[in-house]
Amino acid sequence: MYNPFSLKGKTILVTGASSGIGKATAIECSKIGATVVITGRDEQRLNLTYSQLEGSGHLKLVADFKIEDELVALVNNIPEIDGLVNVAGIVKTLPFQFVNRVELMNIFDVNFFSPVLLSQKIVKARKLKKGSSIVFISSIEGTVTTHIGNSMYAASKGAVSAISKNMALELAAKKIRVNCILPGMVETPLINLGEITEEQLEADKRLYPLKRFGKPEEVAYAIIYLLSDASSWVTGSNLLIDGGFTLL
Amino acid sequence: MKIEIFIANFAAQLEETDASIITAETKFRELDEWDSLMALYIIAMVDEEYGVKIKGDDMRNSICIKDLYEIVKARFKTTLV
Repeated sequence: MYNPFSLKGKTILVTGASSGIGKATAIECSKIGATVVITGRDEQRLNLTYSQLEGSGHLKLVADFKIEDELVALVNNIPEIDGLVNVAGIVKTLPFQFVNRVELMNIFDVNFFSPVLLSQKIVKARKLKKGSSIVFISSIEGTVTTHIGNSMYAASKGAVSAISKNMALELAAKKIRVNCILPGMVETPLINLGEITEEQLEADKRLYPLKRFGKPEEVAYAIIYLLSDASSWVTGSNLLIDGGFTLL
Repeated sequence: MKIEIFIANFAAQLEETDASIITAETKFRELDEWDSLMALYIIAMVDEEYGVKIKGDDMRNSICIKDLYEIVKARFKTTLV
């Protein structure tokens, strides 16, 4: 069947695959033909994702990227890949005047340093094949919008989008494409850690022209596009997936 | 954990309201300047000063500052044990 979006024959590494967007991405990639290598910190939840993958030949590797040795081991243990999807991320709500070094370092560690250094190590180890694709989950936060209490998260995502442009430029010589997805609010465990009430979330939802938050699968479909040969001339882009939020 | 200090810590987050009118009985969500950012200030203050995590719902379920103080006090003790 004709399908330029197919991932058949491609091996894709997905970080943060134990929940939310990472989990949906791993599952959808497997459904569209990819061999998937999933990684995350929580073995039990990673196993749950693994059990939902379609097809065979998939791998699961538990790793905590904050620990340099585990990052290095992961890079050593993965096969050659055709795509890397950096999904692992955290959120921390704190008004700017309460921002501190510990929290700032923590969020940058997970949202910026880890995906960037993982990508760097994989590139250096020459484990990304020619024609491969790196996808970062950035955000509308920090690149287009900002919300109260979200300064640290916005900064970490802004940094991701910034470095991805340079990576796209430099890695073009290796025929590796680098792109970002900028999602709006997506229904994942991250969106409410308790600082905001359900009522506030409902009010935020109504600000979206499409009157709802996104589903993890809807971000995964965009990731699949950026991993597939359908996007072979796309690099350095920031793809908005936000239900129209940034139109207003 | 003293309520007078809690009230002072609470009042210190406000910008427009005269701190001297803030008491244990103040219905904080009825303050003119009360908004979602102010709620985040209080959550962050409670975490920083008392090491206690409160949620948006705890705020919503509190009418006056004393109600919030009681929530924080209960968890503060638990933390110490």
